[in-house]
Amino acid sequence: MAATHNIVLAGFGGQGILFAGKVIASAGLIEGRELSWLPSYGPEMRGGTANCSVVLSDEPVGSPLVTAPDALVVMNQPSFDKFRDTVVEGGVVVADSTLVPNTSEIPGAKLCCIPATQLAEEAGLKGLANIICVGKLFAEVGFCDRETLFAAIDKCVPPKKAAMIEKNKQALEIGMNA
Amino acid sequence: MSEKVLMKGNEALAESAIRAGCRFFFGYPITPQTELAAYMSKRMPKEGGTYLQAESEIAAINMVYGASAAGARVMTSSSSPGISLKTEGISYMIGADLPGVIINVQRGGPGLGGIQPSQSDYWQATRALGHGDGQIIVLAPSTVQEMADLAYGAFDLADTYRTPVMILADGMLGQMMEPVVLPERRDELPEKPWATTGHKGQRPHNVVNSLYLTADALEKLNVERFERYEVIKREEQRAECVMTEDADIVLVAFGASARIARSAVVHAREKGIKAGLIRPITLWPFPTDAIEATIGTAKAYLSVEMNMGQMVDDVRLVVNGRKPVEFYGRTGGVIPTPAEVLAKIEEMNAKGGE
Repeated sequence: MAATHNIVLAGFGGQGILFAGKVIASAGLIEGRELSWLPSYGPEMRGGTANCSVVLSDEPVGSPLVTAPDALVVMNQPSFDKFRDTVVEGGVVVADSTLVPNTSEIPGAKLCCIPATQLAEEAGLKGLANIICVGKLFAEVGFCDRETLFAAIDKCVPPKKAAMIEKNKQALEIGMNA
Repeated sequence: MSEKVLMKGNEALAESAIRAGCRFFFGYPITPQTELAAYMSKRMPKEGGTYLQAESEIAAINMVYGASAAGARVMTSSSSPGISLKTEGISYMIGADLPGVIINVQRGGPGLGGIQPSQSDYWQATRALGHGDGQIIVLAPSTVQEMADLAYGAFDLADTYRTPVMILADGMLGQMMEPVVLPERRDELPEKPWATTGHKGQRPHNVVNSLYLTADALEKLNVERFERYEVIKREEQRAECVMTEDADIVLVAFGASARIARSAVVHAREKGIKAGLIRPITLWPFPTDAIEATIGTAKAYLSVEMNMGQMVDDVRLVVNGRKPVEFYGRTGGVIPTPAEVLAKIEEMNAKGGE
């Protein structure tokens, strides 16, 4: 029986937070797991913060709203400040240190700072820091099989943007090795 | 069987309605329902159907009235404040015995309220949706799969009983994605000999109307309609029961709050507390039989809702003083946590059903 993962991803609107969550949810779909994906919605999305909850489980998902994540991805300072204290004992936090300059250790949780936005720009993958963070989270938590995660990219990138598939996969690799 | 796909509740519901033969959609944007209308605007033209963004909710519901009178499968969707605007038209549809499907992706109220998920329109949907003697069938999905399945079946219920049917969803179910298997599309739809489709002098003309100035005639119609309601109450009650057979504490919860209640019940069982869950799928007709079936074994009932306590009235009507009935809820768009509900179960368990 695979583990249950309660994941929160948070950052600015426009960073692809919801898409990153969808990639993780799609990996669960491919593996036939029970899952849910719930976005924050409303005025806070316009230039403000965006976040989403993803649950992967073997049991039907109760509340899709994750209030005590065991995995957290944060891509801006306000999100780190807002969610750091919600992470459960033994949880993992991936922070994009390019945009989260002020981190502090979280008691009982593992903090992984990677300069995802900077890594994306250096690799010519502007806008894919979100997927770099997903790659890092995968390396730390292993929420699905490796091949599944790459297949999830195939599933999530819309046909009109098929050219982006390889770049997304490249971003995953960067995150996994960061 | 078609494959599982990942879809938002709003979108799965819209696609399912199209597959059920819905070819007319009239609506007006409002959060958290907008994806439903947006999906219809993309898909309807490809199906040869009509998507129309009306100038208001009131206009939209009256377009539903018109399309329904002409025999079409038709739908409108909105969220709480928009539903209030539609209630006049829904009452007219009840009065004219017109089928149609109305979606309410609820948000917090009253007034403009908020935009976060809520179940505070339970009373409105099951009691007073528009003026006059009348009811509509109200269905409460709890998963994205049920958003699709209940929407699909709603059109048949509406046609069978010639009544509006409401899907009472909420912002959580509308916005979230889950795996869903979409129903097969159907093209064979029921005949509607009563529809105003033009008769070319071949039959007496049909009339669709809700105005009856003779009291006796209106009374007769209302009595007949309530006889139909009795059939609906007898035939169409639906509920899911989870671990209720031996439950001391029976939770009653629908829609999004039923998901949370179910988690709380599982946690309670792990702690040795015999809890169970009745999840009404039909809110009207209320599943009185499912509750009645537990009355001999249950020590107490707990209604869990995302409002100040509305469905608890219906639970109390069935229980009728035979057992204690308590309530736990959050309102204004706040989603209760399983831990909060569990704490309430533990508190009730400690009282031992007193």
